[in-house]
Amino acid sequence: MSIKLLYFAWVREQVGVGEETVDLPDGITTVSDLMTWLKSRDEGYAAAFAKAPLIRAAVDQEHAQHDASISDAREIAFFPPVTGG
Amino acid sequence: MIRVQSENFDIGTEIEQLRAGRTDVGAIVSFTGTVRDLGGVERISDMTLEHYPGMTERALEALEADARARWPLQDSLVIHRHGTLQPGENIVLVVTLSKHRQAAFEAAAFMMDDLKTRAPFWKKETTDTGPRWVEARESDDVAAARWQRGASNETAGE
Repeated sequence: MSIKLLYFAWVREQVGVGEETVDLPDGITTVSDLMTWLKSRDEGYAAAFAKAPLIRAAVDQEHAQHDASISDAREIAFFPPVTGG
Repeated sequence: MIRVQSENFDIGTEIEQLRAGRTDVGAIVSFTGTVRDLGGVERISDMTLEHYPGMTERALEALEADARARWPLQDSLVIHRHGTLQPGENIVLVVTLSKHRQAAFEAAAFMMDDLKTRAPFWKKETTDTGPRWVEARESDDVAAARWQRGASNETAGE
């Protein structure tokens, strides 16, 4: 499954890219699974996703919990708690 | 209506455009959020607002729709800027128009509280000790939670 990933703020800085398209291995069905897989990719991802409880996610541009399914997702974003306004 | 833009906005012009030609409006409330440098130990030279194009617009449209479902508003406007801003510059504008003041006040407060916890913006400050991402504040979650149905109204944030 090919999926678009986006990263914002310090998650983006630590991962090293703002956007990428990846082919997910089998068995990744939730946001949490995806975070665990990303953490194993390299040092930057490991540093960013070491703080997993702090990281928020959006699935297809809607806020999502870490146990949310990503089975039909086209776009998943990871970012710190928002600080606009 | 919602707008996400890098350029500044003029508060008076925005309000005049919303009220032009209308006689069914008895109350107009506006909130403007600005970049602050409180002059403490760390001075802030500028602030950069990053956002998530696409989701930002959806989030602002959703919170405006929620407000208009809960309060009788004649019209409403949310403008949020992105990019690099200097202390004193405008960041966000919320305007609500209603027949009576209570709906206008409450809907504007709700929209700002909801925006602070849901709209995908991130602030990075440049200080005299280097750049720093602004951390989310628990008081913003408390402020947003008071609008959940059934919640007490006695626990507003700052």
